[in-house]
Amino acid sequence: MSEHVPHDDFGSRLGMWLFLVTEMVLFGGLFIAYSYMRAKYPGEFHQAGEELNVTLGVINTVVLLTSSLTVVLSIVAIQRGEKARSMGLLASTLGLGTVFLVIKSFEWAAKFHHGLYPNSAHLATLPPGEQIFFGLYFTMTGLHGLHVIAGMGVLAWILRMLAKDQVRQDHYIHLENGGLYWHLVDVIWIFLLPLFYLAA
Amino acid sequence: MSTPSYLVDTGPRKGVAAWLTTTDHKRIGLLYLLAMTIFFFGAVGIGVVMRLVQLTVFQKLVTAQTYNALFTLHGVVMVFLFVIPGLSAVFGNFFLPILIGANDVSFPRLNLASWYFFIAGALLAVTALFTGGGPPDTGWSFYAPFSIKTGTNVSLAVFAAFVLGFSSMLTGINFITTTHRLRAPGMTWFRMPLFCWGVYATAWVQILATPIIAITLVLVILERVFGIGIFDPAKGGDPLLYQHLFWIYSHPAVYIMILPAMGAISEIMPTFAKRTIFGYKAIALSSIAIAGVGSLVWAHHMFTSGMSEFANMIFALLTMIVAVPSAIKVFNWVSTLYKGAIDFQPPLLFALTFIFLFSIGGLTGVMQGALAVNVHVHDTYFIVGHFHYVMFGGTGFGFFAALLYWFPKMFGKMYSKKAIYASWFPMFVGFNLLYFSMLILGLMGMPRRYFHHLPQFDTLHVVATVGSWFLVLGLLMFFGTLLRALFKGGQAEDNPWGGVTLEWTLASPPIQENFEAIPTITHGPYHFEKEGQG
Repeated sequence: MSEHVPHDDFGSRLGMWLFLVTEMVLFGGLFIAYSYMRAKYPGEFHQAGEELNVTLGVINTVVLLTSSLTVVLSIVAIQRGEKARSMGLLASTLGLGTVFLVIKSFEWAAKFHHGLYPNSAHLATLPPGEQIFFGLYFTMTGLHGLHVIAGMGVLAWILRMLAKDQVRQDHYIHLENGGLYWHLVDVIWIFLLPLFYLAA
Repeated sequence: MSTPSYLVDTGPRKGVAAWLTTTDHKRIGLLYLLAMTIFFFGAVGIGVVMRLVQLTVFQKLVTAQTYNALFTLHGVVMVFLFVIPGLSAVFGNFFLPILIGANDVSFPRLNLASWYFFIAGALLAVTALFTGGGPPDTGWSFYAPFSIKTGTNVSLAVFAAFVLGFSSMLTGINFITTTHRLRAPGMTWFRMPLFCWGVYATAWVQILATPIIAITLVLVILERVFGIGIFDPAKGGDPLLYQHLFWIYSHPAVYIMILPAMGAISEIMPTFAKRTIFGYKAIALSSIAIAGVGSLVWAHHMFTSGMSEFANMIFALLTMIVAVPSAIKVFNWVSTLYKGAIDFQPPLLFALTFIFLFSIGGLTGVMQGALAVNVHVHDTYFIVGHFHYVMFGGTGFGFFAALLYWFPKMFGKMYSKKAIYASWFPMFVGFNLLYFSMLILGLMGMPRRYFHHLPQFDTLHVVATVGSWFLVLGLLMFFGTLLRALFKGGQAEDNPWGGVTLEWTLASPPIQENFEAIPTITHGPYHFEKEGQG
């Protein structure tokens, strides 16, 4: 039914970039909230930042950056017609995404263990700035985590398209767009790392 | 006439199933039109009840709590389900591709998905009325901290708005891509009809502003469910931040509402003046300017909220500045009539009404931009009156004008012009009785959103309520006339108004593929033969 517009890879990419703009603005709203609150409570943000595990944050950064690299390599592989390699590389992106989520869930679990979560009795005893810090921490890393999951869903779908030759050497726009989305997920994390883990 | 029109089912599916699975931009435009008209009349009904409550005899009609729910609902439905999708969703879908010489939008399936998001959001909003703690009572602006404390079903209602935002955003992405990629050969940017400029500028606001409201509403939900604290002063949060985030979207949103209407007016004026538009580039670029500057004025909603004097002054200045491109449009429309061969028809009457009412709305807006005035009229009926002049007198009448203008093309039927003229009179008189009374009431000190009022406001409240009856009478006559035309109207000509833009080169109604062969464009959009320019 939708064949009355000509196929247009450039148009598809443009659409994807515009979508990424909306995602950036979505997180932009949170960055505004973060800046507003940090300006209000600089000392307490510093204090609360001490609670986060910088090592795990950095490991996760490396994991996510590597996963972006494997997506790019997967695109290169399909451009060269190497279907098996392309699929393998894309699968490793999914694997790295999973590693990221696992590490993240350990971090969240530790925070919960220490009673550092919104509405907890312990958090209520801390100064307001620290309460806000953790409110923002869970909101922003949580929303980012949802984006990781969504991105993995998209990439898994594209992996299936690769297997079925719906994505192939002469037609790989879906993989390119999926990759763009994954890079966005990556870039947002690059901002989250210094804002929270390196705030101390 | 061998090729069937888009209204004829040619695919394997027939009837309703064919409509609900269509990817044809024209059919999707009509799907929006149908849904939005229903929502519009629902919200009009609520408005009428709210006016009745202000009459002494009907004071006991509803409780104060119900009144709070009514003005919230009226606002939410009108804003999110009628004026925000507005002309973009209906006429943008139908005519943007045709006006740039394309057979559809860039992403037809995404376009249909946007409609489903719209319907899903609408259904969620309706569900929010009957579940949880009952209909929200916060007003359409969901101001914190009340919205995070009230026991009513705010979470579901803001989630509905979130989903509606998705619909709006995806439509924006679609229209920008379409405008960039699918213009016919020779259709340069400055040969595009001005409606396309309006829709294009709107699409940018849709994608740049909507995500902010999305995240803000998510924060409200998180606040209510998990208590993250960000808007809660008890936990160190700040309600003022909510107001900022809300208006960073919701002010540009009023330009989402008005820009496509301005675009439609820019189509109507040259067609009935039979000459090219005066100041084409000024109108085109003023759309972009409105979208740009309009994104920087949000805090003029917050002059009494406790911002710094300096911030207040900056936002007051920017507010004055944003009036300039709007005024540029008004002057150019009026100048277009000068020395034109004016053919007075119903669309032109409604377009002129738009200019008149929008000017009152715009000028009262500038008044509020002045800090000293703002402090006095803030949260009074003056705001309500101003807002309705802009949104109803502007977007609403722009919508009606566009509907009258394009109705013959969309449905292939012509309505009774006499009946439309007859409906205009009660609409226009009722409108001004209703909303001008509100402007005066506001200056006298009548606060908005109040359930009852003091005796000194009685007279004007009665005038306003009587006005609302005339207005509704006119609306019913208007839509009744169009409905009648739909079923009993005569066949419309392909070019009933003598327009020169691309849609008038097509059959009425157009064939499924729009253009048998994509046209090549060699001149500007308003090229009238006699005048030999444009």
